[in-house]
Formats: sequence, structure tokens, C-alpha cells
Amino acid sequence: MLIKNGLVYDPLNGIEGEKMDIFVKDGKIVESGDGGETIDASGFVVLPGGVDIHSHVVGSKVNLGRLMRPEDHRKDPVPKTEITRSGVGYTVPTTYITGYRYALMGYTTVMEAAVPPLGARHAHEELNDIPMVDKGAFILMGSNHFVMKYVAEGDLEKLKNFVGWLLKATKGYAIKLVNPGGVENWKWGRNVNSLDDKVENYGVTPREIVRSLAKVNEELGLPHSIHVHCNNLGSPGNSSTLIETVGSIGAEMGGPGSGESTNETLKGTAERIHITHIQFNSYGGEDWATISSAAEEVAKTLNKKKNATCDLGQVIFDDATTMTADGPWQHKLYKLTGNKWYNSDVEMEVGAGIVPYTFKPKSLVNAVQWMIGLEVALLVEDPWRVVLTTDHPNGGPFYHYPKVIAWLMSKKAREETLGKIHKSALSRSTLPSIEREYSLYEMAIVTRAGPAKLLGLKNKGHLGVGADADIAIYEFKENDIEGSFSRAKYVIKDGEVVVKDGRIVKEHWGRTFLVNPKGELMDEMKEEFSKYYTVSLDNYPVQPEYLPRCEVVPCR
Amino acid sequence: MGEVYKNVVCPFCGCLCDDLEVVVENGKVVSTKNACPISKTKFLDHSKDRAKPQVRKDGKLIEVSMEEAINKAAQILKESEFPLIYGLSSTESDAQRLAVELAEFIGGSIDSTASTCHGPTIVAAQGCGAVKCTLGEVKNRADLVIFWGCNPAEAHIRHSVRYSVTPQGMYVRGKKERFIVHVDVRETRTSRMADMFVKVEPGKDYELLSALRAVIKGYEVGDVAGVPAEMIKQLAERMKGCRFGIIFFGMGLTMSSGKHMNIDAALRLVRDLNDHTKFTITPMRGHFNVAGAGEVLTWITGYPFAVNFSRGYPNYNPGEFSAVDLLFRGECDAALILASDPVAHFPIGASQHLAKIPTVVIDPKVSLTSLIAEVVIPCAIAGIESEGTAYRMDGVPLRLRKVVDSPYPTDREILEGILRRMKGC
Repeated sequence: MLIKNGLVYDPLNGIEGEKMDIFVKDGKIVESGDGGETIDASGFVVLPGGVDIHSHVVGSKVNLGRLMRPEDHRKDPVPKTEITRSGVGYTVPTTYITGYRYALMGYTTVMEAAVPPLGARHAHEELNDIPMVDKGAFILMGSNHFVMKYVAEGDLEKLKNFVGWLLKATKGYAIKLVNPGGVENWKWGRNVNSLDDKVENYGVTPREIVRSLAKVNEELGLPHSIHVHCNNLGSPGNSSTLIETVGSIGAEMGGPGSGESTNETLKGTAERIHITHIQFNSYGGEDWATISSAAEEVAKTLNKKKNATCDLGQVIFDDATTMTADGPWQHKLYKLTGNKWYNSDVEMEVGAGIVPYTFKPKSLVNAVQWMIGLEVALLVEDPWRVVLTTDHPNGGPFYHYPKVIAWLMSKKAREETLGKIHKSALSRSTLPSIEREYSLYEMAIVTRAGPAKLLGLKNKGHLGVGADADIAIYEFKENDIEGSFSRAKYVIKDGEVVVKDGRIVKEHWGRTFLVNPKGELMDEMKEEFSKYYTVSLDNYPVQPEYLPRCEVVPCR
Repeated sequence: MGEVYKNVVCPFCGCLCDDLEVVVENGKVVSTKNACPISKTKFLDHSKDRAKPQVRKDGKLIEVSMEEAINKAAQILKESEFPLIYGLSSTESDAQRLAVELAEFIGGSIDSTASTCHGPTIVAAQGCGAVKCTLGEVKNRADLVIFWGCNPAEAHIRHSVRYSVTPQGMYVRGKKERFIVHVDVRETRTSRMADMFVKVEPGKDYELLSALRAVIKGYEVGDVAGVPAEMIKQLAERMKGCRFGIIFFGMGLTMSSGKHMNIDAALRLVRDLNDHTKFTITPMRGHFNVAGAGEVLTWITGYPFAVNFSRGYPNYNPGEFSAVDLLFRGECDAALILASDPVAHFPIGASQHLAKIPTVVIDPKVSLTSLIAEVVIPCAIAGIESEGTAYRMDGVPLRLRKVVDSPYPTDREILEGILRRMKGC
């Protein structure tokens, strides 16, 4: 296949808007071609396929979200076609519709950000029903019994063994922490309020859990960093918790990485931390009445700390379904809103909560939240350390990403929305005074090149020779940025045209990414497992049958 | 000495016990360990009463080849204008996925046995959510366990031993550290395990649940639903004062007068209790993979049961697209019954309509429904003769095992065959 005369943006290879040809063979990008299909991309921009580093698309919690929102589904029924299956969209789309909608906007890789180990089999069943995209699963560990036990004992060797084993047993991709320690306390109806609160019965603190897992993450050489949903998420004044969390990594732990050396980060020896949906943790003020943006301070921290990265969790003014493993936060949100509330605690591991929510421009709090996401994105200088997300479906559904792109690329688009929000919000954030507009190149970084790099997916996010032929081609109109990125002109997945003129033309089945780190379960772990779990250890690991199409990503 | 399979998952009830030992000799199960009496019978009798491929000719079911039976099934569905696919609960989730695909392809309705058991539970949860947990949370933490309108001692036999009454958990050990309550219209074997039995007047569960909510919110109540005021107060105090409480409930609550409103009251009671302590609630699901049917339908269509595809996209409406209602009103003109036996459980009017229309039955065994069918397609027994996923009553997914070969294809293979034939012509 030949993609001819397109304006190529490929940040990982330093290509910024050059007119060039791209050759594709056997699902890969190659040096030169010998005929086959030719796509005339004259006048179009050509980008690597989008990469979503954090989304909630499958598994027990997402499916409870679908289950509890029939009223939502009715607003967005999706009929079957000759090529595609039917389903529903809106805030919690069904698996097929999830795949189609990602593909339509040119996204070809999606990471499910929160899988409870005991529910991993379920998550993989659903992943196998998401067409079009490649995918992977982050495994929840921040309130895991064995993790907290070995952190308490200070035994990093055992911790490493367990974490490595757990990633293999669940066929997961990365270590996820959600309100570390707080979710365990929630199992008694309580929470933690700071990095140094103790987790009941274990005696460990969130700080110790985060630091130990960060260290183990690098010792195992995992491709992605630890992926952290901080403590105190959603609460006014919580930016201090976020800044402390970022500060705790690489400091005091000694050895390489304790400084801020970019070199060591690149060599893979320094501890890294990815703060997810940073917007929800960048609040100033003391309560809901005084809430303000702490984005400046947060951005300052990130600008200094080269081993920390983030994604936005941008708020969209629309309906959302909030769902996180942060049980105590979801309970708080239920008490705040009076909306319906699902809670789902998982033995030995984690919990989850779900509450429907609507972000309104005339709500002061929502308006401040909306400003913060964009503010962080525009104040963090290095776009390689910021990723565009809405924490789907928490800040809003993923198919609104083109809206966010427009806000980042156009001050005018921001001003239009600023004109519609609660007036008191305007003085609580620096957003109105920010002039910066993302270039197409920077946009390509925060939506594909950056996340691919942070995930350690070497064949994603770029168009160099050897990369997977996941390519998105758009007709870019400066006066309609949102429209330009909502419906791709062409999407090529693994070398095949799957979207043409904003329509799915072929159903394609992507792969699931896995890691294969060191780590075996020890006898004492087996003994405790059989005492306190309600399933047999034999039946716990996800069997190979659930990974019909997979690819192991090597450790660093 | 035969072949021994360890830690086999039991394909009978929603407990999905996964510690069974099954011994196989000459292609037959000869003994089991750890299995409850119901499970043991299912394993030992797996080769008894097997269905045969049959097609009704001149009013009589005649044995035919598998090929002919599957062809006939495809033909019936093809000629039908408003078909129903029903059942799903006693098979694995890949077969359930294919059943949904078939329903979508033919533009019919699809419903699981949930619509006649815990359907009201789902409807109530759609109204207010629910506070649930996995069974291990109960084993490790629950010091107050309430069984409401259910009889696990006879229906979910190992539930009490593995999860809820006697296990040695991390923070609660054995029965002496748990307080067990049974609420029902009459005493049963479950009451014998209980420290407190509350006899509620039939059809008055909603009133009793509401009274408990009122007391917990600080109001005074008198005698309600035949239960003395003092007992209601006592129970409410226990609920507020426990460290970790759970309500398990069954058909006594979902299928008695009030239906989903009973569950709504129970879910809201539990929600309120979380202002005071940790409290959870979990339905006692019957068939071993009825929970899976809900999961699969939900991730593909957005809706857990009673789904219709006539418009080319999924529509949900219990009462309109639920099987009993469709049949009772005589609306569907053909039916495919998979992994359940509606004639044994449905009201007579619904069963009569099933007998009137061409009905295809896929079942490993001879069932009442298979006797009234137009086409019978025998299949392998999921969890004994074929692998696949099943979801426990608390949503925990486990992989069913195959311990013996089957003379028949799996549900999955049969549904694939029907789909292939329909798409081909």
C-alpha cells in the first residue's frame, strides 16, 4: 500500500508537516513499496493511529455501569449494518460500539485502566469483543493484600515476586494504583486522608505503597511506569496530595533516580510515575465553595520533575458515568449528588464504585474542573509528558476527544466555552490569560506519540520503518478542528483500510498487549491464598484461551 | 484407577464451588469429592436421560441426524418473523455471545431465565444502584449475615460452608464470630443455622424492609408485617452496630408481591446503612451461569435481559420483551430454547404457546420443553463435557472444565452451525 502526498506529522521521528509518501506491507511500515492499493492523501494530514493511555472500556465495573444506565443507552442506539454489529453508545458504550467509535476518530490502541485481578478473566472476555483496536489491561494493586503485606514487612524481593506473578496471572500490562490503601480502608467503610495515614490492620501508608511499587516497577523493567490515581481524588485542596505523591518518587529512596536526571529516566533506571486524570487531583481551595485551580502549582511540579508524566482527565460539559476503583470517593459523590450508586468490593484486592454525573457549565465547581484540565495541558511545557484523556467515561465519553483537541489548539475555541461557564469560575484559574495554542505537531504528541512512548510500545505512535501500520488520515480544517478529528478520512489498522470517509468499511480484530516479567508465587503466598480467597489458586490465572490474539511487549 | 481432575468448577448453582475432585473411568464420571448432593448427582448422572437429535414429523418426534436437526432449526428461525431466543443460564459465556449474535442477526428477542428469577433485582438496581461485594469479602469480614427469602441450606448447599456461615476468614473465624439471621415466611433448614429467625407475613417484605429503614433513620415503628416492634428494633440495632454486614436474598423477595419494589427497599436499606457501617447485599443467583448471561448481554447490547432487535438495534423492556410475556400474549412465532427448561417453570399459558409454535430446543438432556419441541438438538454438558466461562453469583468469572468427552457438539458449535447456515442462504 502507498499513502501518497500526505502532510505527515510523526513526532517520534521528528517529522513536522512534511509532504511525503508512506509505504505499507504486511501490516508494517516499510521503506519502499511495490504497488498495491494507493491512497491519495493530497491535502490531508497523515498521523500515526491514536493511543489512549487511560480509558474504562471493559470489565466488571464498566459492565455494572452499562447495567445500571438503561436510561442512558436509549439516547444513543446504534443499529447494525452490513459490516458492523449493533449496540448502544452514549456514556458507557457496548464493546463493539467502543471499538468502532475509537476507530472512527483515528484511535487504534486503547488501554483499559483498571482491572481487578479476580475479574481479569471477565475483562479479557470483553476485550475480545472490542473490534478495531489493540488493547491492554492495567492491573489494580494499590490495596492488594499481598502488596500491603510485603510493603509492611519491607520485603521488596517478595513484593517483586508477587507483582511479577500477578501481572502474568492476569495477563496484564501495567501496575495501577487507585487511592492506595484507601480502598482497603473502605472495606470497613473508611478511607485515608493523607499519604501518611495508616491502612488498618496492615499498618502501611499510601506513601510506602506508592514508593515500593514504583521501585518494583523499575526493577521488573516494566515498559510503562506505575500508573497512579492519587489519594483524596475529587476533594477541594487535594493538589497538595498530588504534589507530595509526585515528590515521593525518586526521592529518599536513594540510588539512581533520586535526582531529576533525564538521562537516568531514559536509561530506564530511574523510578517513574504517571499521574492519571490529573485534573481530578489539582484542586485548590478548602471546600466546594472556595474550590479553585491549583494547575499552576501542579504544572510547576511537573516541569521540574522529569520522571513524572500525566494524563488530563479533561471534563466535558455533558453526561458522564463516573466509575473508579476508588470506592470511598464514589460513595462521597453519591452523598453529594443523591444519584444512584453502585459499589463493588473485591476480596483481597480492591473495590469499585459507579455514580452517574452531569458536568454543567453553569456549575461553579464543574466550570473550575473544566478549566483545570486544559490549564495543566497548557502550562506543562513538555508535551511529551502530557496525554490527552477524559478518563472515559468519568470526565466525559472518549468520543469527545476532538473537542479537547480544539480547546488545546485554539484560544478562540476556549474563549467560546469560557463565555458559557459560571462567571465566578473565571477568576479561579489562569486559563483565560493563557495564550498558548498547541500546534498540530504537539497535538500529535499528546494523542499518539507521547502515550505510545510512555507505554513502551515501540511499534506504536509513529510512522517510521518497522512501526505497526496504524495510520489516521484527516482532512484538517483550521476553522473546524473538532469536526476534522471526529471523523477520519481514512484509518489504516495493521495495514488494512478499516475506516473510509468517516465510515467503518471493515471489521478488524486487534491484539492484546501483555508483559512477561520475572516473578513466581512462593509457598507462603500459596498458603495464604488458599486460606482467604474463595477460588482455588488453580483456577485463578487467566488461561491462554482468553488471549486468542496477543503480543508480549518485552521488559526494559 | 481412573483419571482424577482437581479443583473442578461445579456447573450447577450460582455458588460455582471450584474445589471439586472428579474421577473419570472409561469416559464416565465414577466419583466426586467435595461436591454437594445436587452437584454429585449432576456429575454421576451426566450420561443419563440424554436427548437425541429429533425433528417432529406428523406430530411425532422422530430421531434424525444432527445435520438434519440443525438444518431444520435454521429453517424455522429463517421463516420466523418474530422469534424468541430464551434460556442461556446453564451454558458458558461463548455460547451466550453467539446466542446474542443470532438474536441480532434474525432481529428477534432474547431473554434469559433472569426474567423469571432475579429480573426484579436488576430492575431495582437500575433505579438506585446496589452495594455489592464478592463472596470472599463475606468470608473474611462479615460478622452479620442475613438470609432473606432464600433457603441456601437446601438450594445453595455449600454457600454457608464456603462463604457465609462457618468459614475461617481473615477477620471473622467460624460461626461463633458471626451472627446469622434468617427472614422468611416459614422456618426452613436455613433457619436452623440462624441465631435469629424473623417470620414475616407472606407478601409483607416491603413493609418490613421499610420499617427497618425507618428505625435506622431514627423513627419509631410498631409491629410490622407480623414482626413485633421490639424484634425490628433489635435487628436494626444489629445492622447498624455490626462491622460488616450482608444481606443474601432469593426468590422469596423477588417473586413475591411487590417484586422489584421489595428489592428497591432492600437496596436502599443497605445504602442507608453505609452511613453507619459497612453493609452489602448480594442476590442468590440460581443457575450456575445466569449471572454470565446478564454480563454477556450487557456488554454486547447494554441491557441485561428482555432485549429485542426488531429495529436493528437493541431495545430493552421487561414486560414487553421478557419471554413469559411474549409467549403469554402469543406474540412470537418461533422459539429457540437454550440451556433451560421453560415448560417446567413457566405458567401454563406461556408453555401452551411454546407448544403451538415451532420450538427448537438445545439441551443435553430430555426435558419437558424438549417433549413439546419441533426440533431437539442434543449438546455437550457445559462444565462436564465442554469448557467455557461461568460467572459466580457475585460476578467472579471462572473457567469451567471438560472432564469427559461428549457424543454431541457443544452449544457453541451448534449455534455456530445455525448462524452459518442462516448467513449462507
